[in-house]
Amino acid sequence: MKECYVARSRTVAARQLGEEMVIMSAVDSTLFNLNPVAAMIWQAADGKTPLAKIVEERICPEFDVESREALRDAEQFVMDLAAHGILLLAESPIVESSAPTDKKS
Amino acid sequence: MSLMEQLNRKALGLGVPLSVHLDVTYRCNERCEHCYLEHDGENELTTAEIRSFLEQFAEAGVFFLTISGGEPLLRRDCFEIIEFARELKFNVKLKTNAVLVREKEARRLREAGVEQVQVSVYSHKPEVHDAITKLPGSLSCTLEGIRLMRAAGLKVTLANVLMRSNAQDYAGVQALAAETGAQYTLDPTITPMLNGDSSILGMRVPAQGLRAVFRDARLVGDVDEFCAPPSPIDNEIREGIPCSAGHTSCYVSPWGDVYPCVQFPLPCGNLRRQSFSEIWAASPQLMEVRAIRAKHLSTCSSCSHLGTCTRCPGLAYMEGNMRGPSSADCEKSFLRTGVTTAGMLAGSAVPPPAPPHPALVQIQL
Repeated sequence: MKECYVARSRTVAARQLGEEMVIMSAVDSTLFNLNPVAAMIWQAADGKTPLAKIVEERICPEFDVESREALRDAEQFVMDLAAHGILLLAESPIVESSAPTDKKS
Repeated sequence: MSLMEQLNRKALGLGVPLSVHLDVTYRCNERCEHCYLEHDGENELTTAEIRSFLEQFAEAGVFFLTISGGEPLLRRDCFEIIEFARELKFNVKLKTNAVLVREKEARRLREAGVEQVQVSVYSHKPEVHDAITKLPGSLSCTLEGIRLMRAAGLKVTLANVLMRSNAQDYAGVQALAAETGAQYTLDPTITPMLNGDSSILGMRVPAQGLRAVFRDARLVGDVDEFCAPPSPIDNEIREGIPCSAGHTSCYVSPWGDVYPCVQFPLPCGNLRRQSFSEIWAASPQLMEVRAIRAKHLSTCSSCSHLGTCTRCPGLAYMEGNMRGPSSADCEKSFLRTGVTTAGMLAGSAVPPPAPPHPALVQIQL
């Protein structure tokens, strides 16, 4: 995968519940339950930070995983969520205001 | 177990209020004959107060937010409230009569990311619907609002409260839902007014009509399954909670009063005097509600319907005992299955008149 930038979609509902993140797609009302690793990627998806950097700086130190394997899993995860309109993906920084300041999620 | 059930179970375990129903006003442009509210608009919560409370709800973990009234769109700041709620990433459901929804409003609701809009429709006949709402032309305005919201891409549900005056019209409302691409839900529950006045209960659908509704496959799907006698009660049912009110959900009035549910007027605190988290965690009234398990219910714990009854603790509370039976739900369980309830046998719920078709009734002695 080329350089990948990820941004949270504005159209979803999301809330932290314990260590997990609950997200509902406004597109098809599908409910997602993200585990702590996926929740951390979601929180860090600001449209400006490359996915590789999120994995390297946030995921690997926190969950003690090898970076290449973690990046492969993360790429699959963001593509799955993008298919449901939960995340936006681009090869360059996502400058539109699609990833609002994360308030209380 | 579905993801939604897992979510509810997890919220229950963590003590998280997953859902809040917020009435932003009791003012309304309709005067529905069965309405349980008085339409007082004095001293309602301000925009700043509501914004602050929404932040508190989000902090406490609330995910599902229902914004309702009265007619919420009568508030000039209603869109500001909805848009702020969406900024806070709530799943927002709006309850409105849609009379004030035109193209601009429909588009704005869609752009805000409202997940679902529920609209009350009583009949497909203007003379019946408008007589209930006491607003001439209301059905026409409501249907136009629904069509505009559907055209904007919003999910809409037609909520059909069933009562004596519109008991024959639900198939017509169902057809309207199908025609507009909306969902349909029917509710035969008329509740006493929040001030305790129970005179409107006379509008409830008579027993014979309700029995027919429960046997209409267009509404209930598999009639044999829906009307089946109750299954045996096991320990999981006895240890279960009566409903989510006060456990993972609550209601907030236009003055910041917190109750377990909109149908359960037990005052638990006020957001103008205490924080939401403080009320949710420490209200003695909420703690009392939470302590009740099915096995603690004074009459219902010995009822064969315990595991399948739709017993509403709020209606029971309004009848005088939150641990007692709700006579309306006793009646529903009886009319659905033909099996007498413990509440009827104890005399705390009055059995409806005998049905015209005795074969449908199985009296359990």
